[in-house]
Amino acid sequence: MSNIIEVKNLTKKYGDFTAVDDISFAVEKGEIFAFLGPNGAGKTTTIKMLTTLLKPTSGEILLDGKNPVHDESAARKSFGIVFQDPSLDDELTALENMEFHAVLYKVPKDVRKPRIEELMNFVELWDRRNDLVKEFSGGMKRRLEIARGLLHHPKILFLDEPTTGLDPQTRNHVWSYVKNLNEKEKITVFFTTHYIEEADRYASRVSIMDHGKIVAGGTPDELKKQTGKDLLEDAFIELTGYDIRKESAGADNMRTHAKVWGRR
Amino acid sequence: MSAIYILWLRQLKRYFRSKARMIGSIGQPILFLVALGFGFGPIFEKAGGGNYLQFLAPGVIAMGILFTAMFMGIEIIWDKQFGFLKETLVAPISRMTIMLGRTLGGATVALAQGVLVFLIAWAIGFRPSFHLIGVAFIFMILIAMLFTAIGTAIASVVDDMQGFPLIMNFLVMPLFFLSGSLFPLAGLPGPIETIARLDPLSYGIDGLRGALVPGALQFGFWFDFGVLGVITIIVLGIGAYLFSKIEI
Repeated sequence: MSNIIEVKNLTKKYGDFTAVDDISFAVEKGEIFAFLGPNGAGKTTTIKMLTTLLKPTSGEILLDGKNPVHDESAARKSFGIVFQDPSLDDELTALENMEFHAVLYKVPKDVRKPRIEELMNFVELWDRRNDLVKEFSGGMKRRLEIARGLLHHPKILFLDEPTTGLDPQTRNHVWSYVKNLNEKEKITVFFTTHYIEEADRYASRVSIMDHGKIVAGGTPDELKKQTGKDLLEDAFIELTGYDIRKESAGADNMRTHAKVWGRR
Repeated sequence: MSAIYILWLRQLKRYFRSKARMIGSIGQPILFLVALGFGFGPIFEKAGGGNYLQFLAPGVIAMGILFTAMFMGIEIIWDKQFGFLKETLVAPISRMTIMLGRTLGGATVALAQGVLVFLIAWAIGFRPSFHLIGVAFIFMILIAMLFTAIGTAIASVVDDMQGFPLIMNFLVMPLFFLSGSLFPLAGLPGPIETIARLDPLSYGIDGLRGALVPGALQFGFWFDFGVLGVITIIVLGIGAYLFSKIEI
């Protein structure tokens, strides 16, 4: 099996703060890969570098053989993403948001309509398709973001905490769809989550990140064995410690800080 | 092409759903037309300049376009704050496509604004020659394109929702006042004339006024057209480059 994502010595610094500290990992084609870590570990920063939204300070990334730093447009063709934070247009209807995405990602016209309908039915928003997104609840917006992210079928699908705030029924529903997509279309899935049991259940391999570094990696079973725990969640806590992370130390705040005070 | 279309369509939908913005942005041009048009009219006529409203109206039409166009950039900052810009930035489309789609969308809105001001001016007594109305329309499009591109390019490097209007006011006011929109450029004191000639809006207003008011043309249609066209293309290029540098 070949690697579809390769990351070598990737580092991102904001002034004195190192959000991502010299990490290396690889994801094989067709696998479901979980990227776990407490808040502020650097997961989202890593995903942003993988998806061309941020430039790394140093290190190398290959996405399906393309470098997102030097060959952005080629790299962008290979992935789709569901962001951690909102990225819908509130002033458009749900259907308009879906259509906008389908056109930008060149989903062929004959596929576009049936797939939008299928996905919006799947997240139970088809009846609300002509309502403005600003009238939606948080959970509905989340479901719409997921449906939109699944609209085009890329080689790699990044899911940054896709199921946060969803009830167990919806999470289960979403995951079976993703799993099916992974099996049928051989789409590689790279996801982060705080619901560790999702990683236990669906991921073939897991990397655990903490304080900008990768602290452990392997299959869920290997990690459980390594720590002597029955649950991946316990293994996770064993590996990353019991301290609650201050979100204020997170990368986003450091970035805002660096912007406000200038990059020194 | 279809990506440009959908970006354009989105801008229009957003704008026409916000009635407050549409109504709010015609207040200022009306004020200028009424207060200045009728206020300075008698003096302008005494000085031998003819009907001031005839002279002023093309300038105020251009102003309506200028203001709307420059402030369209706020949509980019809006999108940064609400997260939607990420959705556009990770899409497999060129940055020039994003810049063009957004500029065309904003320019169409600004153009609609210009047409509205035109009708209002006509209603209060502006009597243009309709002989070259097509040429006038082309200059309205050019003004809209150029200044939407400038506003959009600037917005791509600004993150601050409060700061952007301040920067825009700082630019829009001199662009407007030093452009020949309110007074003829011929016979101005040297330095002011030089500044006016450096202001790209001067050429837009010259072309627009030249087309609507017989005998008012100063620089020539092709010259005006060339200046606006070349600057627009340069700004679009700069904007596309700046979009490729955005990190969020």
